[in-house]
Amino acid sequence: MTQLPGLLDTDAIRKDFPLLDRIVHGDKKIVYLDSAATSQKPRQVLDALNEYYERHNANVHRGVYTVAEEATALYEGARDKVAAFINAPSRDEVIFTKNASESLNLVANMLTWADEPYRVDRDTEIVITEMEHHSNIVPWQLLSQRTGAKLKWFGLTDDGRLDLSNIEEIITEKTKIVSFTLVSNLLGTVNPVETIIRRAQQVGALVCIDASQAAPHMVLDVQALQADFVAFTGHKMVGPTGIGVLWGRQELLEDLPPFLGGGEMIETVSMHSSTYAPAPHKFEAGTPPIAQAVGLGAAVDYLSAIGMENIARHEHAITEYAVKRLLEVPDLRIIGPATAEDRGAALSFTLGDIHPHDVGQVLDEEGIAVRVGHHCARPVCLRYGIPATTRASFYLYSTPGEVDALVDGLEHVRNFFG
Amino acid sequence: MYQEVILDHYKHPHGRGLRDGDAEVHHVNPTCGDEITLRVKYDGERIEDVSYEGQGCSISQASASVLNDLLVGKDLADARKIQETFLELMQSKGAVVPDEAMEDILEDAVAFAGVSKFPARVKCALLSWMAWKDATAQALGESAKKETA
Repeated sequence: MTQLPGLLDTDAIRKDFPLLDRIVHGDKKIVYLDSAATSQKPRQVLDALNEYYERHNANVHRGVYTVAEEATALYEGARDKVAAFINAPSRDEVIFTKNASESLNLVANMLTWADEPYRVDRDTEIVITEMEHHSNIVPWQLLSQRTGAKLKWFGLTDDGRLDLSNIEEIITEKTKIVSFTLVSNLLGTVNPVETIIRRAQQVGALVCIDASQAAPHMVLDVQALQADFVAFTGHKMVGPTGIGVLWGRQELLEDLPPFLGGGEMIETVSMHSSTYAPAPHKFEAGTPPIAQAVGLGAAVDYLSAIGMENIARHEHAITEYAVKRLLEVPDLRIIGPATAEDRGAALSFTLGDIHPHDVGQVLDEEGIAVRVGHHCARPVCLRYGIPATTRASFYLYSTPGEVDALVDGLEHVRNFFG
Repeated sequence: MYQEVILDHYKHPHGRGLRDGDAEVHHVNPTCGDEITLRVKYDGERIEDVSYEGQGCSISQASASVLNDLLVGKDLADARKIQETFLELMQSKGAVVPDEAMEDILEDAVAFAGVSKFPARVKCALLSWMAWKDATAQALGESAKKETA
């Protein structure tokens, strides 16, 4: 077996993930290389979900009886865990949503209705980048259409990095918000946050960071980042689906208007008007995803026990190995940085002119699960003149042996369509 | 699912390229980015040509090639019968095993029977057929308008 410096004890870790033992197509052990789409879940998270429903299920923030108090304590306890995980100055800055898309839409909608000094109108500008997931493009297109603000974006270099050469023309005095991904889901690129934030701060623009591909894989410290909003989702970080997070700076959450109205987000309601609860509840209308939040709390505990630095080191080693091995495959072109430096563990590539759907289908026959298509980042495919890519993505349970299986599988694909 | 017939059509597509037509449509499969631009040319109710350009997986491209083989020269009623039979096969989730009657209608297209077991790929196989249906509606709608004008 290939030994690489920095690897975690994957034999032990994989025992926690029941799905990784799945056998598919008769006798093929699953090689799960799609963690950038969603991660697998450890038993600890599955147990937390079960335990919640079996012993503590009640609605939160309402009942005075024992299990209702327990449910509330578990839900709010999950908020404490997430706040600690991202080093938030206050637990009240952590808003639970259903996923990162909802988190990003929430920011865009706060701004749709915002008054000065946050007001977005036809004399102002919104800045994103060409490497965003559709969830960090479409909400800003909607904001632009609804307010008349101009939408601008950073382009990409040939090697899959942000082109910041014209940063002073893109981010200007008119810019109200800059929203960009910390790590690209398609290219794997880790973006230079400091450079962008420094410029945004110069012109007084707000900064929103999509950390969906970062929170699962590296230390995420919202204070060190110095952004105004940070969005991520639970299901990519060994948590359940249906739970996302929006972190926002407290004064902004106090100043900006709510988006969804309903139960839980109010202070008092009359037939004429209402006043709102303080953040985070102001932004959590209705019964929240309680079990999912509890599951995310368990996920955060799981990741923290292993250590985010250790996870990042493991993934870096796997990625470095994968880049080296993939580049040995004839006709394979990596879309994104062809190095492990400043890149995450999602590797997209094309294989000659074999369509990614065909690559994915033949790999599936070998039990290898990869993502194919445009990865909800179609503008990136357009930028590089390709219809789609195949993407292999790694996580804390990925092994060098799985990289080898992928490389062997790709040889098989080439022979099949050759 | 990758029958030899499918790979043959993929590697050597029949009737590919855009030629003169009465209507043109562009269809995409948004989940994966398969695309086709398809034109139909009618002589009354007879299909004179179906021409196409596209990019996508072997299933979507081979399916367009088979469509061209099957439909060009046919009367609209026969073509509709073929399209409906292919649709039935593709939506069968692998439950329909083509019998001789179906093979007579679908010819090479029976090779796609295996694809119907893969829900994610059914759309690839149907892309060009849906485009043809749409283009036909547009083309004959146009000529109908011309006749009444």
